Amino acid sequence: MDAIAVDGLRKRYGEVQALDGVSFAVGEGEVFALLGPNGAGKSTTVRVLVTLTHADEGTAAVAGHDVRREQNAVRRAIGYVPQDSGVDQYGTGRENLMLQGRVQGMSGRDLRSRADHLLDLVGISDAADRIVKNYSGGMRRRLDIALGLVHRPRVLFLDEPTTGLDPEARVAMWAEVSRLAVAESLTILLTTHYLEEADQLAGRLAIVSRGKIVVEGTPADLKAGLRGDAVHIELTNGALDEAQRVLVGVGAKPEQVIDGRTIVSRVENGGRALPGIISALDGAGIPVASVSLSRPSLDDVYLHFTGREFSSEDRGE
Amino acid sequence: MTLLRHTWFMTTRQARNLMREPIWIVLLLVQPMVWLVLYGQLFRNVTRLGGFGTSSYITFLAPAIVVMNAFFGATWSGMSMIADLDHKVIERFLATPASRFAIVLSQIVRSALTAAIQALIILLVSLALGVRVHTGVLGWLVIIIAAILVNSAFAGVSQAIALLTRREATMIAVANFIGLPLLFLSTTMIARSQMPGWMQTAARFNPVDWGVRAAREVVLPGTSWGTVALYLALLLALSAVTAAWATTTFRSYQRSL
Repeated sequence: MDAIAVDGLRKRYGEVQALDGVSFAVGEGEVFALLGPNGAGKSTTVRVLVTLTHADEGTAAVAGHDVRREQNAVRRAIGYVPQDSGVDQYGTGRENLMLQGRVQGMSGRDLRSRADHLLDLVGISDAADRIVKNYSGGMRRRLDIALGLVHRPRVLFLDEPTTGLDPEARVAMWAEVSRLAVAESLTILLTTHYLEEADQLAGRLAIVSRGKIVVEGTPADLKAGLRGDAVHIELTNGALDEAQRVLVGVGAKPEQVIDGRTIVSRVENGGRALPGIISALDGAGIPVASVSLSRPSLDDVYLHFTGREFSSEDRGE
Repeated sequence: MTLLRHTWFMTTRQARNLMREPIWIVLLLVQPMVWLVLYGQLFRNVTRLGGFGTSSYITFLAPAIVVMNAFFGATWSGMSMIADLDHKVIERFLATPASRFAIVLSQIVRSALTAAIQALIILLVSLALGVRVHTGVLGWLVIIIAAILVNSAFAGVSQAIALLTRREATMIAVANFIGLPLLFLSTTMIARSQMPGWMQTAARFNPVDWGVRAAREVVLPGTSWGTVALYLALLLALSAVTAAWATTTFRSYQRSL
């Protein structure tokens, strides 16, 4: 049985079609990422799955329970770490954990030892009895994750787990999540707008764009599916059409144009093809500002399937 | 059972956070103390007008100040809900099996608890100022219950407004808008017979006045327990209605997510 089964979710907020037929399945023990820009529908999907909101159409089941009809069964089976931390800032880390455990039906020694264990597991034991208001961003995020885990859920939802963390804390968090997935034998669904994050953490991922899943697979398969290397050619002037004709002529058919001046082509063997490409452009009198060659990355996968580059705007920075 | 347990867990959290900054309880008491001590002295001769049931104005005033303080505290209680909404604490609870009613109820209970503690402190200060409660310990209990009920009745309204508007600025406006009018349309500061006729009529429908009448009834001689019971029962019924309203607005908040 799948830990998460989503079928044809649609949801509209006023004029915005937030979800436009989202379907996917996550197997038990998998780490699955929804990757996409802000507003693509990742968080809305998660909010439907954790029973915070309802979809207009479609069905979803988590840990075998329908998210609409068996809400409390779903809530007991899941841990949810929201994008915005929901901790009580005026309580201590331990108090937050104890309350979360109590509303999940835990009590007594079991709860106390579970809280101790988790504080240790996420590395904030030393700060356990300090008021959360004085925690750093990274510590708060660790507490968030501990809160999501207190009742030993089978499925953990991490909505943008590292947004707002500095790069160092982000890398530490990746290691943490990978470790937890094994230590707690969890199914994890995470959303992210960081390509590296999906690449690092997810066994499988889906790219979400405008309320739809555009492609799904393992990071390796998605990259392999592109076949060949990406050649980025940046032109100094706007001779785009001419340059594209030249590129077709040498067997480097342009795939995309970025910002009206950089052409991306895909070729079987970049190293061998590059000299031919440069001399052909040179021969046609087209000035080139820069040329770069790269092995397929998730960036390219994203570009290929959504038709646009993963810009810093998408990252919400 | 789950409702009671969850309300207890959540109220414990709020009480603990409140006790962590007990300075607030004291700061919030400055205003009622000013009324009790300064205002009480300033208008001490007003009882000569007659109809006060006592010649000591502070004895007349003290139980009403306890109720007034509980009322003012209640009008602000929604601020704490807005803080929890803003910090996404509520959303975190909504993704757990936490009782929904307990989330709302714990806010009202916290508010009423604060009012009860403040009532006790104001009563102790009044005692030091020479106020004697005619019916003794039972009377003290009635005054504190009146404070709790007036507070929970208006805390329910405040929670509902907080959940409908979700904005602090609106909360402040509403608190100011209902605060003074309801205070002046009551017998808090003056004997009923000294009020203009239309204000006497208005006061009859003012829940703040119900609390003031119940609390004052046990302080002055000639206590009518039937009157006390009637006003407390009215306040209890109103508290149930406003708590139900707050819960309804909580459901509409959930639907808006």
